[in-house]
Amino acid sequence: MSLEKCKEELKKVLDQYSHDREALLPCLHVAQEQCGCLTEDIISFLAKELNLPRVEVYSTASFYSMFSFEKRGKHVIRVCTSLPCYLKGSEKILKTLNEELNVTVGHTTSDRVFTLEAVSCIGACDKAPAMMIDEKLYGNLTPEKVREIISKYKGGRDA
Amino acid sequence: MKILLKHVETEGYSPNLQSYLTEGGYSALKRALKMKPEEIISEVKLSKLVGRGGAAFPTGLKWEFTRKAKESPKYVVCNADEGEPGTFKDRIILEKDPHLILEGMVICGFAIGAEQGFIYIRGEYFEAYKILKNAIEEAEKNNYLGKNILGSNFSFKINLYRGAGAYVCGEETALLDSLEGKKGQSRVKPPFPTFVGLKNKPTVLNNVETFANIPEIILNGGEWFSKIGSPLSPGTKLYCLSGDINKPGVYELPTNITLKELLEKYGGGVQGKLKAVLPGGVSGAILTTENLDVVMDYPSVQKAGGMLGSGAVIVINESHCMVDLAEKCAEFFEYESCGKCAPCREGTKRAREILLNIAQGRGELSDLKLLKELREVMYDTSRCGLGQAALNLTVSAVEKFPDEFEEHISKKKCKLNICPVGDVR
Repeated sequence: MSLEKCKEELKKVLDQYSHDREALLPCLHVAQEQCGCLTEDIISFLAKELNLPRVEVYSTASFYSMFSFEKRGKHVIRVCTSLPCYLKGSEKILKTLNEELNVTVGHTTSDRVFTLEAVSCIGACDKAPAMMIDEKLYGNLTPEKVREIISKYKGGRDA
Repeated sequence: MKILLKHVETEGYSPNLQSYLTEGGYSALKRALKMKPEEIISEVKLSKLVGRGGAAFPTGLKWEFTRKAKESPKYVVCNADEGEPGTFKDRIILEKDPHLILEGMVICGFAIGAEQGFIYIRGEYFEAYKILKNAIEEAEKNNYLGKNILGSNFSFKINLYRGAGAYVCGEETALLDSLEGKKGQSRVKPPFPTFVGLKNKPTVLNNVETFANIPEIILNGGEWFSKIGSPLSPGTKLYCLSGDINKPGVYELPTNITLKELLEKYGGGVQGKLKAVLPGGVSGAILTTENLDVVMDYPSVQKAGGMLGSGAVIVINESHCMVDLAEKCAEFFEYESCGKCAPCREGTKRAREILLNIAQGRGELSDLKLLKELREVMYDTSRCGLGQAALNLTVSAVEKFPDEFEEHISKKKCKLNICPVGDVR
């Protein structure tokens, strides 16, 4: 999505919150979803609209793990590494993804299709080990199951 | 006895308004609107309901403080940012019975004199967000929310707000800052949110599960509720079973259930041989086979040395090394510390360093004493619960499994072959 179009979307959110600072997180969510990452232009735009220093917008955005300043891949894979998933083998799940995608945690595949992230508890401990791909939750994972799921995404189908 | 999952476990129930009304939903609100706000608060006090997010503060008292606070406007905030590892109970109510939360919040608003509520839901709960958003729209359309609710002169709005991936935002004051569009960093308490909360106004902040108890308390009375489960913290509780257990899941049970019953009768037994149980997620101390008879109410678990917290019961079997698990959890706290206060920011970092040293065969026996000291300092001086609780698990593991730690240090050996003690780097 172009920057101009993104700004239009952001303006709608800003109006909803009467340009109060409360609008910041909802705006950052919209920008992240529409543009795939937060750019300097977006930070400057929000700073101006909310009458905040740019550094304040930047430091708020960088505090939260769901926002990124580098373009993420088409699909974001979030593997839970908290205790319940760790007990059930999340290490193996991460290793399988490392091998399948040839990418380490925190990075994006060279074809820009997948970003691999290790995250704190995603509230799916009864289905441990678990991961999310974009907004979809996958539980009771095994290395085989992971390979199967990834091959579907690689095939262009969003599972 | 089901209060919270009564609807969810009814066949054919779906998270829409029609289903909720069919099961008698919003009849508590109708009744509440005919009561005096003070009467509602006294019923909640009589129920002896305590906060289900983990801190176990008496809900009725919280409401009373906020009602009596002089500043206005007042706010109602629902903490739907469940993030304590092992907790997945609020998700069920959010996704399957959202109107139950809305009804509880509107009643709270009426009782304390607030016209605006907020639900702060964690960013990763995409599905729950959509369901909740839809439920709010349904409630607005049918006048369970909005202006002059059900013909009364009471008006109440609820805004839905998404978090963005920060464990610390589950802490109430960090949540409030995040809700104001800032970094989620905790505030110094006192003053408590009941007096100085959202936008510095008096605010009731309750967990999803706490609000979900309110409609039944209004319908059946506080006394009825106070007789359910353990007299020390009555009611039912959503227990989340995870880890090495045959039937993981969320179980709603009266609070007088014992840990043993929970694991065996409901969880289908432990997978392998039981080593340790975390009764309230990774922020609490561990319990062992010695504690199986503990009653799962807040004071009893505390007396046993643990913390019931959000009810995240994580089961650990003999195949896991306590040094390794302590290091893993220390890594979690180091990552999630908000960085605002030095004891937590530096303490979580040093704790992980020490544990990593032990796991990699570079530890010293004096490290164990150091960890205990560090825990005391962090407990006494951290601004919020995150830093105060970060080393509970580690120190309790050292106390209950000293041999395991000493073996890593003195013999450079991990008998389960999990820690890389041999490869001195």
